[in-house]
Amino acid sequence: MRYLPKSPSERKEMLAAVGVDSAEELFQRVPQKFRLREPLALPRPLSEPEIIEYFKARAAENAPGYTSFLGAGVYQHHRSVVTDSIVQRGEFLTSYTPYQAEISQGTLAAIFEFQTLMCQLTGQEVANASMYDGSTALAEAVLMAERITNRKKVLVARTVHPEYRQVLATYAKNLGLEIEEVGYTASGQIDVKQLEKEKLASAAAVVVQSPNFFGVLENIDEIAESAHSEGALVVTTIAEAVSLGILRPPSAADIVAMEGQALGISPSYGGPFVGVIAAREKYVRQMPGRLAGQTTDAAGRRGYVLTLATREQHIRRERATSNICTNEALFALVATVHLCLLGKEGLREMAMQNVAKAQFAIAELEKIPGVRRAFAGPVFNEFVLEFPRSVKLMNAQLMREKIIGPLAIGLHYPELTKRGLLCVTETMPRPEIERLAAAVRRVLENPV
Amino acid sequence: MSSKLTETEAPPATIRKAGRHVSQNEGLIFEKSAPGKRGMELPPLDVPAVDPATALGPDFVRDEIAGFPEVSEIEVIRHFTRLSTWNYAIDLGMYPLGSCTMKYNPRVNEHVARLEDLASAHPFQPADVAQGCLRIIHDLRECLLTITGMDAATLQPAAGAQGELTGLMMIRAYLATKGNPRKKVLIPDSAHGTNPASVIIAGYEVQNIKSTSRGQIDTDHLRELATDDVAALMVTNPSTLGVFEERIAEIADILHERGALLYMDGANMNALAGIARPGDFGVDVMHLNLHKTFSTPHGGGGPGAGPVLVKKILEPFLPIPLVVKKEDGRYVLDSSRPQSIGRVRAYCGNFGVLLRALAYTLAYGSGIRQAAEDAVLNAIYIRKHLEDYFDLPYDLPSMHEVVFSDARQKRNGVSTMDIAKRLIDYGFHPYTTAFPLIVPGAMMIEPTESESKEECDLFIDAMRSIAQEAETNPEVVKTAPHTTRVGRLDEVAAARKPILRWKG
Repeated sequence: MRYLPKSPSERKEMLAAVGVDSAEELFQRVPQKFRLREPLALPRPLSEPEIIEYFKARAAENAPGYTSFLGAGVYQHHRSVVTDSIVQRGEFLTSYTPYQAEISQGTLAAIFEFQTLMCQLTGQEVANASMYDGSTALAEAVLMAERITNRKKVLVARTVHPEYRQVLATYAKNLGLEIEEVGYTASGQIDVKQLEKEKLASAAAVVVQSPNFFGVLENIDEIAESAHSEGALVVTTIAEAVSLGILRPPSAADIVAMEGQALGISPSYGGPFVGVIAAREKYVRQMPGRLAGQTTDAAGRRGYVLTLATREQHIRRERATSNICTNEALFALVATVHLCLLGKEGLREMAMQNVAKAQFAIAELEKIPGVRRAFAGPVFNEFVLEFPRSVKLMNAQLMREKIIGPLAIGLHYPELTKRGLLCVTETMPRPEIERLAAAVRRVLENPV
Repeated sequence: MSSKLTETEAPPATIRKAGRHVSQNEGLIFEKSAPGKRGMELPPLDVPAVDPATALGPDFVRDEIAGFPEVSEIEVIRHFTRLSTWNYAIDLGMYPLGSCTMKYNPRVNEHVARLEDLASAHPFQPADVAQGCLRIIHDLRECLLTITGMDAATLQPAAGAQGELTGLMMIRAYLATKGNPRKKVLIPDSAHGTNPASVIIAGYEVQNIKSTSRGQIDTDHLRELATDDVAALMVTNPSTLGVFEERIAEIADILHERGALLYMDGANMNALAGIARPGDFGVDVMHLNLHKTFSTPHGGGGPGAGPVLVKKILEPFLPIPLVVKKEDGRYVLDSSRPQSIGRVRAYCGNFGVLLRALAYTLAYGSGIRQAAEDAVLNAIYIRKHLEDYFDLPYDLPSMHEVVFSDARQKRNGVSTMDIAKRLIDYGFHPYTTAFPLIVPGAMMIEPTESESKEECDLFIDAMRSIAQEAETNPEVVKTAPHTTRVGRLDEVAAARKPILRWKG
């Protein structure tokens, strides 16, 4: 077997050295009756070309040649080939969590840079070394808010990504945490009128996403003002991190839970991505996850270590701030390299291109009779359109033209049937937007 | 720590795996930044430009991001390449971290994860055009069920700890349908820290259970503790001492008699794949760490994946969605599962990790037993050659890892951490220190199957040489490492006044 570096004679030699005749004897403590007598019923071992062939066949069963207008938390953006060549270096790819700082300075320095970039993007004071993804980062951010405020209720905007809310509900269920949902207005934004004083006074946090699931920007400052006056925190979640290249960051929020996928990470059918928790410095000891910090050695040289570990499970066990151990370090590195390449100008330009493309797509699609924007609020690169018929039926016809059309959101919002969420990033060429508009027009002109 | 090593600080040349090597100095990327530089350009906008203040409203537009890097492509390449040379890695040599299973990460896994139409697949792509992804999830699940002997599984959890939490939430949901979710989960004192931390998030209390003097679960103590309040026992098997729990079936029986369930932390499954199946010895629910047993890269801390495998009784409670194979051979995502605990992560989990784990499993296929045999052989071989030099607090036969203690070296003031740091000078990554907690001064060594006899022999020589240094020149061990870019870093200062970001 090509991954195993022992010759048959070396195996024999080693077995003899430990005083046994066969490998079977190495497993004597496993009771006889549980020891397998036959090889497992798995396929025969495959060579490398066969493995590649298997996965190429799977890739061909997906959507080769399709143009997709899906966003909803996972975005296609331009990436430089440089990023991948760096993260495939074995020194990054095949190293462990940097507990042994002296031989992990590369990873630690990169995490320190990642934490800095996440603070700069989100307008927060501290950021951790990563969480699993945006959805679990949000659940952990809410638990953090509960610890800080000692309050057992959270007010969650219905405009937060439905799957994020589902994950939060799963985490909250066994902890006696009550979740109350807050509706939205005709602008597609959280209905701040529902954030009544009495509700806020017993809430750990108001949870709001911006741009929200409808693509609409939320006014974090306004929400923070009312929440803070009643002692509630504001947890802002961000699913489309490129938006921060042009949007004012949620500096008024107390905790930011972000999905970093948009920062150079492939959609990869939903993961691995990189979650981020960023917060005010005064809450750092309540943060979950790893943190890299700067320090010095005895000779005064600058170096980095994992720090404030007394928050973490391997030290604090049942009193830890979270159970998280493995995080998404390699994808934090992807985001770091990607942002360094894009730089200050590049990120802003990319964000502006998204705004322009979305505006263009809205204008093109709204020319079609019966198609109009469902919400009036400002958008970044996603928007909800109302169609004169079922989005699902329309999509079935678009698929024939190799177009993956809008996401039908009626499944998660029963009141929003015939509405579809579309995303247009800088990667979408103008002719494809025009092709979508023409195809939608054709489909809607035909009788059902 | 000086640039010139004294004769005594340098490991003996005859057994040295590593030599001195110049590494580049490098500051932070922010310190290289200058206005107007960039490392990536975009195609020109092909639609009319818009004014952000008009399109979004002036209140929503940010100023430029102060301090954000502005560097060229070559500077980015050099910067991160230089940083990378400051790391140790599996690709450089043995990484004997006990409990972490730092095995070779096959490169074909990386290749197939990047294939177009797999890497670009969107999680909301309709099932008709996601058959490839769904089948990959399905095929991996079938392989993992075969390897573990369990009945059903979710591949959604993003890491081992999230797998634990998922499993515990399923236990809770199952017991709740029986009328009482119960209050406590039992955890051996040798367990990973994630176990108790996960118990708390699942809404349970932790009750610790003692190990016997030989490091096994004390079944008498278990009988006393397994009251009607106990929901489950979380056991790591082989244990964190690298020893198989011989009485595992009896442990399962004790729990089952009282209506409690047996959870197995599968962190050490590398010792068992192809050898024995947890499903056969009474385990009701377990997780696997695909970034350990199934070779996906640790990447400096993640990503991982923590599939949870269960017996039939727990199947209704699996998270949504599940991949289901229809009679016509098509795959779909099923979310209409009324008893499900819900969703633990958005989408289908760390698909890219699942895909790599499947590539690994296909490479071994029915021959996967050889990996376990070699992993155990390496650990026992190392144990055999070091047991005259280091204290072995628990003497039961090892499987894939061996745990020594620093008791002998302590007499000269040399601790497990010192020995670990000295290993760096010999060209190895340290073993795991100070874990499991039941071994004071633990030295936990897991070579994995990826090490040749030659590399194991080099490691043995290094450890013996350090044992000798601990006698003859303890100072050189206590002040190690001597060959790294930085010496031991001041962790106390780092925690007292945390500097967690660059501020210019």
